[in-house]
Amino acid sequence: MTSGAIREVSRPPTGLEIASDRIFRQLSLAGAAFTLVLVVWIVVSIARVAAPAVHTYGFAPLVSTTWDANRAEFGILPAIWGTLYSSILGLIIGTVFGLAIAIFLSEGFLALGLDAVITAMGLSDNPFWASMPVRIQDLLQIIIELLAAIPSVVYGLWGIFVIIPLVRPPADWLHSHLGWIPFFSTTLSGPGMLPAALVLAIMVLPTISAISRDALVAVPPKMREAAFGIGATRWEAILAIFVPTAATGIFGAIILGFGRALGETMALAMLAGNANVMSWSMFSPANTLAALLANHFPEADQVEVGALMYAALVLLAITLMVNVVGTVILQRADSQLKGLR
Amino acid sequence: MIVARRNSILFSALAGFLLFSLASNHLLSLEDRTASAAMTLQGTGATFPAPLYQRWFKEYNQMHPDVQINYQALGSGAGIKQFQQGLVDFGASDAAMTDEEIAAVKNGVVLLPMTAGSIVLTYNVPGLSELKLSRDAYVGIFLGKITKWNDPVIAKANPGAALPDTAITVVSRSDGSGTTFVFTSHLSAISADWKNGPGAGKAVTFPAGVAGKGNPGVTALIKQTPGAIGYVEYGYAKQTGMPMATLENKSGQFIKPDLASGQKALAGVALPANLRAWITDPAEADAYPIVTYTWLLCYKKYSDPKTAETLKSVIKYGLSQGQSFSADLGYIPLPAATVDQVTKALDQIS
Repeated sequence: MTSGAIREVSRPPTGLEIASDRIFRQLSLAGAAFTLVLVVWIVVSIARVAAPAVHTYGFAPLVSTTWDANRAEFGILPAIWGTLYSSILGLIIGTVFGLAIAIFLSEGFLALGLDAVITAMGLSDNPFWASMPVRIQDLLQIIIELLAAIPSVVYGLWGIFVIIPLVRPPADWLHSHLGWIPFFSTTLSGPGMLPAALVLAIMVLPTISAISRDALVAVPPKMREAAFGIGATRWEAILAIFVPTAATGIFGAIILGFGRALGETMALAMLAGNANVMSWSMFSPANTLAALLANHFPEADQVEVGALMYAALVLLAITLMVNVVGTVILQRADSQLKGLR
Repeated sequence: MIVARRNSILFSALAGFLLFSLASNHLLSLEDRTASAAMTLQGTGATFPAPLYQRWFKEYNQMHPDVQINYQALGSGAGIKQFQQGLVDFGASDAAMTDEEIAAVKNGVVLLPMTAGSIVLTYNVPGLSELKLSRDAYVGIFLGKITKWNDPVIAKANPGAALPDTAITVVSRSDGSGTTFVFTSHLSAISADWKNGPGAGKAVTFPAGVAGKGNPGVTALIKQTPGAIGYVEYGYAKQTGMPMATLENKSGQFIKPDLASGQKALAGVALPANLRAWITDPAEADAYPIVTYTWLLCYKKYSDPKTAETLKSVIKYGLSQGQSFSADLGYIPLPAATVDQVTKALDQIS
């Protein structure tokens, strides 16, 4: 290296570099602050429009079951019920599959099978073939994450034309044979809680599987080695040690998925049936807060807009709460694992 | 240091991009301004007449390339709202404005019926191609009192038809809609139970069933649900090939929804001077029972006389040549007497 090049590399920063550095830092700071301000701004502006309705109706809409704009009755209890019911049902289904996918992709199940094939074919020394299992794992993860990129309205259409006809026969069977169980107490006419929840489950799948996988991958290697070292079988190690260790992270994933499910609008407006019904039955049509807002906004008059903003505020409160809880849990999971590394 | 230099390169690239995008925005807005030297009319309103209006506006634009008309089909309620707030040059609604709504517009309002259409009951009952519904039957179905397709009330009007033991699923509109307004106004006119129960309005809480968003949502739900029945516009049902029920009218006859029976319904209604008529239950012997006019909403006074002139010219086109597209698209052409009346009313606009 010539002395000129050294001088070039080790020279002090120019004024322009210092200035651009500072400006960039300020810009980033402003951007971060703006995001915070935006959240507060949204909450405040919704609250301001909702204030007259909150003032007039108090807590009555939270317990009333009729939404009839003509008679100025704005009960949102069925919508709250439907929002929570569909989200929780979707979440249960989504968690089962999401967690299974996460375990499959993080615990080397794919490698187990593929390695045998690759070794049998004598390709294990070839770097391209040897890295195949990892590549396929990544590919599968990407495909699952692509589910998140499908527009909600496409899910809705797919639900109407594929899911509903698909679940109708088993739903009819369950109703006629096990109709005494509250969950199966009505017939599935078409749109309803179950098709909505199934589509929700698919929509939250990427969130749950991606974050759970990260949590499982973050289980310290020392722990893995120790587990197998004390003679645990593969399943014992996964179910008794890895999953519990990653439990906080997995729980955080579920909560974030919950937040996503609560706010989902279009697919539910198309699949839930938009009927103000409160029922334990998975086959009954229902309504959700987000669908209520989407359906009624365009034609709402001043009074109804106030009531809708009230509903929006309730939805916002539920989602914010869920997301904050999820984030806190995830952070805890991180700090808990730190000691183990 | 190298990191710092990379930062500064990144930063200058960013700054350059920002400048560029600002500049191109500026250029774009200049372009916009030159384009608006020609006439642009803005309208918002009902989805029901939208296909017809959009056809008119396109044809008109081809004849007069300097006039551009933007029509946003956001719904009748949005049409009236934006029209009241003065955000548009004209509005459109399936439900004529009420006196209070008109009073809120300080430039004055002219309501112009531009076309008309029927609302039909479309259904999905496997194996049933013809369905006659008496007044008791369809009111009962939508009230949720008749719950099976083989109910004696339905069977009475359909002797010999194979009515299945399927549950009826009522499909209504989940969003506020002029279609719902017209349909529920009709139900209120023929049934006291409906009037005192769900009532009439753009968004009504139906006692039974499920709801879909817009005509496409309702149609999709009906197609996917054996045993479903719902209401959509005639033009939409025709285009999508849905079966339509034959309904009993005021004089007790069963009438198929089509162009002729719709025209009969209009013929029986004389429009008053303000051109506002609700045809909730036409009395003509061969009239289809659920028919409505749909209105353009115009101000009496426009600040720019050129806007008023252009708008009048567009409306005249719609009333004359424009009517010839109606039947194809599933609308009912206005009777000649109505066209004369509406053309005269244009003089109020200045």
